[in-house]
Order: sequence, then structure tokens, then C-alpha cells
Amino acid sequence: MKINAASMKMWSRIGSRATFGLAALEIAKTHDNLMVMTADTSTSAGLDRYRKTFPEKFLDVGIAEQNMMGIAAGFASEGLDVFTTTFSPFQTMRCCEQIKVNLGYMGHKVCMVGLASGIVLGTLGYSHCSIEDVSVMRSIPGITVISPADSGETVKATLAALEHSESVYIRLTGGMSNPIVHKDDYDFQIGKAIELREGHDVTLIAAGTMVYESLEAAKLLEEENISASVVNMHTIKPIDVEAIERACRNTKCIVTVEEHNIVGGLGSAVAEYKATIPGAPPQMILGLPDKFGKSGEYRDLLEQYQLTAPQIAKRVLSRLKELT
Amino acid sequence: MGVCDMGNREEMITKIEAMAGRMRRNVLDMALAAGASSSHFGGGLSIVEITATLFGEVMNYDPGNPEWSERDRFILSKGHGCVGYYTALVEAGFVTKEDLLTFEKTGSDLIGHPVMNRAKAIEFSNGSLGMGLSLGIGVALAAKRRQSEHKVYVVMGDGECNEGSVWEAAMAAPNFKLDNLVAILDRNKFQQTGSNAEIMSVGDLADKWRSFGWEVVEVDGHNVGELYDAFVNEGVTQQPLAIVAHTIKGKGFSFSENNNDWHHHVLSKTQYDAALEELNNSLAG
Repeated sequence: MKINAASMKMWSRIGSRATFGLAALEIAKTHDNLMVMTADTSTSAGLDRYRKTFPEKFLDVGIAEQNMMGIAAGFASEGLDVFTTTFSPFQTMRCCEQIKVNLGYMGHKVCMVGLASGIVLGTLGYSHCSIEDVSVMRSIPGITVISPADSGETVKATLAALEHSESVYIRLTGGMSNPIVHKDDYDFQIGKAIELREGHDVTLIAAGTMVYESLEAAKLLEEENISASVVNMHTIKPIDVEAIERACRNTKCIVTVEEHNIVGGLGSAVAEYKATIPGAPPQMILGLPDKFGKSGEYRDLLEQYQLTAPQIAKRVLSRLKELT
Repeated sequence: MGVCDMGNREEMITKIEAMAGRMRRNVLDMALAAGASSSHFGGGLSIVEITATLFGEVMNYDPGNPEWSERDRFILSKGHGCVGYYTALVEAGFVTKEDLLTFEKTGSDLIGHPVMNRAKAIEFSNGSLGMGLSLGIGVALAAKRRQSEHKVYVVMGDGECNEGSVWEAAMAAPNFKLDNLVAILDRNKFQQTGSNAEIMSVGDLADKWRSFGWEVVEVDGHNVGELYDAFVNEGVTQQPLAIVAHTIKGKGFSFSENNNDWHHHVLSKTQYDAALEELNNSLAG
């Protein structure tokens, strides 16, 4: 499929969910073995056109996620390339044990797409928010976890997941009008982080929506004469240890930024490796607090949890002052 | 493998009954070999005639080519009943008697719940209840998609039907018109800590599955003729088939029949000797 500045712009406008639907539509044109499944969320997954165009490569199991993951594994065991799609809490936790046994333990490969993860559905309450999914998926052996930084990266991750050797969880964050991080085509490899900006004072390691916020924060830090590197850690498992080592070598503070509980997510993954590096710099773990707070509008919640670019910059600045 | 004529039918039944006898003897050997690690004795013995009829007569497979794409698929959703499965795989030629005696030993391929091993005709890893039927639906849909004629057999427990995921799958299979899918419900009326009636009754299983849209047949799960007839029943609809097999937990040995202490129990050498004598007497009779 055509990946260029124009398509990146269009995908950004429609957001990651609709973009996934377009990617599936393209893949199905050339991929006989494809099977895309949903649990009564085809519209939310951007699959309206897909299900009409490729009914033989589409299966809706109704509101039954455990059954979806079992059927998906059955398909995979017979050689089909399977995507499953539903809202993130139901894609990961409702059917968690099916994922463990069928995908992890037995190794049947399924690409799971968790829609509207993080707190973008804040107005619907924490039943529909997903602040635990990375932590849960990361602890299951044999599952790769990807959190695309923008809609274009959702396409990249979808294509890469299809070719990947093991099951993949693709965590989609943000809403429509998803800010663009990558303005044109680039090289995406699972497990290989992308340094978007060089810097020698501090490294911001981010995933999902927080990559854009971190880039903006880095610009604000520059105004304060702080040189910040920004790393798009799109693959949270397996974590890119070389990128962590580089960050530890080149800068004196590591900041992880994620739209996820500060327990068990990107910050934890980075810390787990960083802890093995002698003399490694300290780390700030920025993310959602380990609690279920009041629900609300997405941007309001990001403000409340100090995850907007100016707030990130301010927190980093304050920490750097403490360290000097 | 096709429908038997009457003369052959008697021979077939005798053959399968003899196979079930050999399987029970092997179950005793496995249970003894397992020693203190114990075995799920009762729920394995209740399915012996079911697996004997499937692997001895009904299913198509090739021991020389375990991954033959047209093989019928067998899924033991009630994975703890594996002694009634592994012993059938010996009869089918996928597993050796030596393999059986490694049961539950460190590094063995034959663990207390099936671990996926296509070379040994173990299609999936099972053990966590309520998952097998969904796997079977995926396999059956994939067969339809590539216009393959093979069937999918899923053996489940009545206690297992406490799991909500069973009913997600039970609802889906008739919607997908999976006439290549057969669920066998081992209605032995017990579960881990008591009778199904007292722990969480599943009520009239036949009624429930029928109401979900399945074609349902009820049989004596230890009667090979009845089981065979149910399996080869082509049916008149496109619906999946559920066979409610009324069985006896611990079937075959007077000390274990309907005795739920034998759900998971160590078999002593004294009990082994007594059981073997009882088995030999019943086979001789």
C-alpha cells in the first residue's frame, strides 16, 4: 500500500482505528489466507467497507471475546493469518487466559488489535479505558507488544505484524485527528526504536500518543537550553535494549512517557533493563497514576495527569534542576 | 470410516470393546507409573468408550502422516481426562506403551493435561476448561473455507459446562452452521469437589444444547453401538451435533465407579492388583 506524505496526512485525519480498517482492506486484496475477526465492533475497527468487500475473510463472533480468541487460534492452527479487533479492555483482559493458553502457551499466531486504548474513551468511564493492557500482555511469554505513535505507524505495525513470527498485540491510542509524528515513509522494524530527535541532556522515551507530546515537550525544553533526545519506542516487548543503552550513555536522565498505568508499562519495561546497567542515569516514569480517577474528556484527563507537552517539559525541567 | 453392515457391526463392537479393555489396562499402568503425582482417574475412565469408538472406528487419520490435512481433528477440551486419550493414541499408533509409562514424569510429552504435539496426534494444549469448543469452531470453519470434508470432535465435561465460555461457543457453532463439528458431552454427573447437582447443576444438558440450535443425541456413553450410531448419524440439518453421553465416572473398577474420591487420586499397588484382576475377570466374562 502507498505510504507517503499524502497518505500519512489522510490517515492522521481519520485516526488509527479507521486507518487499521483501510490497511486490512489493502492486505486482503493480495492475501488469500487473511481472516479478520471482530466481536461486534466492526464499525469501531474501521471495517465497514472491509466486511462488505471481503465477507469470506471476515468473521463477527458477536459480543464474545473469549470465543473470538479460541476461534482465532483454531484458524491460526489451520494456517490462516488472523487479526482480531475489539476495544482494548475486551481484546486483552476479557479473554486474557485464552491469549495465554492459545497464543502464548501453544504459540498459535494471532495479531490482536486493541482499539481506543489508554484514556481516549474517558467520557465512557474506566470500563472502556485501558490503562493496564501493556502490563498484562507484556507478562505473557510469546506476545509482542506494539504501540504505534501515529496513524501511519498503525499501518506499518499492521504490515509488520502480519510477517512477524509470533502473536502481536497492537495497542491503538488517540482519537481522530491524530497528530502526525512521521511525516513521510520510514523504516519500521519490530523491536527497533526510532530516535526522532537527538539530544545530550535528557532522553524522552515514549510510545503511542505520548511520542508526539514528547516531541513537542522537547521543543519547549530547547527554549530552556535543555537538549532532549526523543525516542519512539513503538515496540514495548521486546524492548530495544540498544536504544536504552544509547540513552544511558548519551544523556544524564531518562524519562519514559506513556498513556498507561505507571505500573507495568513502558516505564517498567525500560527500568527492568536499565537496572542491569552499572551507573545508569535516573529515570522518571511519566504516565497515568495507579488509580481509577474521575472520568472525563480526553484532553482534560491528559491535563489532569500532566501528560500534555508543556506539562511534560515542566516536570522534566524540574527534575533536571533537582539532579544538578 | 463408513457405516457398518449388521455382521460387521457386531465384529466392530467386539473390536472396540476389546480396545476399551486394553485402554483401561493401560490406564492402570499409567496411574501406577504416575505414583505420588497422582492422576485424574475418574474423568479419564468415563470417556474410554468415547475415545475408543472415535479412534478405533469413526475417525480418519494416518499414523504414518500425523499432520495429514484431511485427518479428522480430536480435541479433549476436558484435558484432565487425558488418560482416556493417551491410551487411545497408543491403539491408534501415535504413542507407544513406553511413552505412556513416562506419564507426568519430568520432560515427558505426556503430561497431566495434553500438551500440543502434532506428531503424537495431540492437536492442542488443553487443561483450562471451557476453551476446546472455540478452538474446534475455528478448525471447523477453516475446513469449510478450504472445502475440506474432515470432521472435528470435541470432548467436554458436564462440570466443564459451568464455564461461561462454553456457552459463547455453543451459541456460535449453530449460527455458523457447522455440520462438521461434533461436541461429545461426558455426562458423568460429577466434578472436582462433588456431584454436578450439588456444586453447580447444568440441568438438562440435552435441552440446553438443543435450545442453542444443536442437533442433540443422548446415548449410554459406555455402549459402543449407541456411540457409533450417534457418530455416523448424518443428520438432516446443517447444524452441529452434540452427543450427550451418559457415563459413569471411574467406569470399569468397582472401587472408583461413581466414587468422586477418584477424581484425582494415587493408585496403590494393592489397588492396581485388585483392579487388574477385576478387569481381567470382566474381559474373560
